[in-house]
Amino acid sequence: MATPTLVKGARATRSTVALKIVMAVSGLVFIGYVLAHMYGNLKAFAGHDAFNTYAEHLREFGEPLLPHEGFLWVMRVLLVVALIAHVAAAYALWRRAANARTVKYQVKKNQHSSLSSRTMRWGGLALLLFIVWHLLNFTVPKVNPGGGSTDDPYNLMVDSFDVWWMTVIYLLAMLALGFHLHHGTFSAMQTLGFTNTAASRARAKQAGWVLAVVIAGGFSLVPLSVLAGIIEK
Amino acid sequence: MRLTLNIWRQRDAASAGSMQKYELDGVSEDMSFLEMLDVLNEQLNEKGEEPVAFDSDCREGICGNCGLMINGQAHGPEVTTTCQLHMRSFKDGDDITIEPWRSDVFPVLRDLIVDRSAFDRIIQAGGYISANTGSAPDAHAAPVEKKKADRAFDVATCIACGACVAACPNGSASLFMGAKITHLGELPQGQPERWDRVVNMVGQHDAEGFGGCTNIGECTAACPKEIPLDVISQLNKDLRTALKHGR
Repeated sequence: MATPTLVKGARATRSTVALKIVMAVSGLVFIGYVLAHMYGNLKAFAGHDAFNTYAEHLREFGEPLLPHEGFLWVMRVLLVVALIAHVAAAYALWRRAANARTVKYQVKKNQHSSLSSRTMRWGGLALLLFIVWHLLNFTVPKVNPGGGSTDDPYNLMVDSFDVWWMTVIYLLAMLALGFHLHHGTFSAMQTLGFTNTAASRARAKQAGWVLAVVIAGGFSLVPLSVLAGIIEK
Repeated sequence: MRLTLNIWRQRDAASAGSMQKYELDGVSEDMSFLEMLDVLNEQLNEKGEEPVAFDSDCREGICGNCGLMINGQAHGPEVTTTCQLHMRSFKDGDDITIEPWRSDVFPVLRDLIVDRSAFDRIIQAGGYISANTGSAPDAHAAPVEKKKADRAFDVATCIACGACVAACPNGSASLFMGAKITHLGELPQGQPERWDRVVNMVGQHDAEGFGGCTNIGECTAACPKEIPLDVISQLNKDLRTALKHGR
C-alpha cells in the first residue's frame, strides 16, 4: 500500500484529520442533545402531568415565531445530519484502520488504552441499533411492550420500564453510552486541538468522566426508579 | 537463562512467513535483546541454518533502526528501544514472541526487517524548513521562548523508529507526524511553511495508507522517547488552522 511517490496538491479538507473533525463536531452536537434529553427525562420524577406538559412544551417551543413542532423539526434535522456525518466518517476511518494492518499480530498487548477507547466502534454500532429501537419504542410508530395504549407519553414510559427486558436493554444502552461519552469527549477535545498541554489533557479526560457519569447515570435513574416503584402510574 | 523464542520468519517480501520456535540456552541477563539474538544467530550459523534477519545500527538507542514487537509490546516491556532492552527484563524459562512491526505501509522485507521509507516520504513532504545557505545567522537573531524551546527539544527526540505505528490499533502514524509538526511549529524557523507542512505531511500519511488516529494512546505508551499525546492535539490544531487558511 505504501506509495513510492510524493503526493501533489494535498488538501486539508480531504485528510483523515478532517474526517476526525467531522466526528468531533457531530459528537459535540450529540453531547449537547443527550444532556437536554436527560434533563427532560428527569421530569418523570415530577409526576405524570409535569412530564406530559414538558413533552407538549417541546412542541410549542418558540411559538409563534416558529410553527407548531417547528423547534422539534429543527432539532430532528440537525440530529439526522449529525448522525449521517458521524456514521459516515466513522465508517471511512474504520475501513482505513482495517486496511492499514491486514496481517495481525500473533500477540498484542494493550499497554495504556482504556476499555472505552477500544470499544468506540462496536459500542457506537450498538448505540446506533439502540437508537433505532428507541425511536420505534417512543417516537414512530410507538410500541408499548406492556400492551397498553401509546398516546400518553408518561404512561408509555412507565409501561415500557415495567417490562424487565426493556429495562435491561435501556440500562445496557446507557452503559454503552457512558463508555462512548467517556472516550468520545476526550477524543473530541484532542481532535479539535484543545489539549496541547498535560493539564488540559487531564481536564479533557475528567470532562469525559463527568459527562459519562452524569448523562448515563441521569438517564438510568428513570428506569431504575420505575423498577423500584418510585415512579409509577 | 533458558528461553523459548517464537520468531517470525519470512524469506522476502513476496513469500509468506510463519512463526518458528527456537530454544536458546545460556542467555545472560546482562545481554541486550539484540545480543541475545546475535547468540541465536551464531548457533543457527553453526548449524548451517539461515540466521534471523533484524535491523540494528547504533545499538545505543538513538538511531531508531531496531524495532521489534516483543510479546505484543513494541520494543518490549520497558520504555526504551529494543537495543537498550536487557535480558534482565525476562525470566528463565520465558516464552518470547518476536514479530516485525505490522503495518501494510511497512512491508516486511525479510524476517523481522520492515521497510519504513514511508516515514522518509512524510518528512520529505513537509518535515523540513527552508534556510538560506551562506554565513550562519547571528545566534540571537531569532530568540525562542524557553518554554517553546523546551517543548521543541523534547519532541525532537523522536527517532522515527515506527513503534507508534506498530502499537496503534489503527496503524496510524499521527504521533510521528505530531512530533515533527510540534518540533518545527514551536520554533520561529518553522513558521513560514507551517500550514503547508501539516497539510502536506498528513496528505502523504493518508496516501501511504496509514490509519486515522482515535486518540487511544497506545502510541505514546510504546514510544521509547516518551513523546506525549499532546503532539497529536497540536497536529490537529495546526491542520484545523490550515483549513481556516484555505490550504
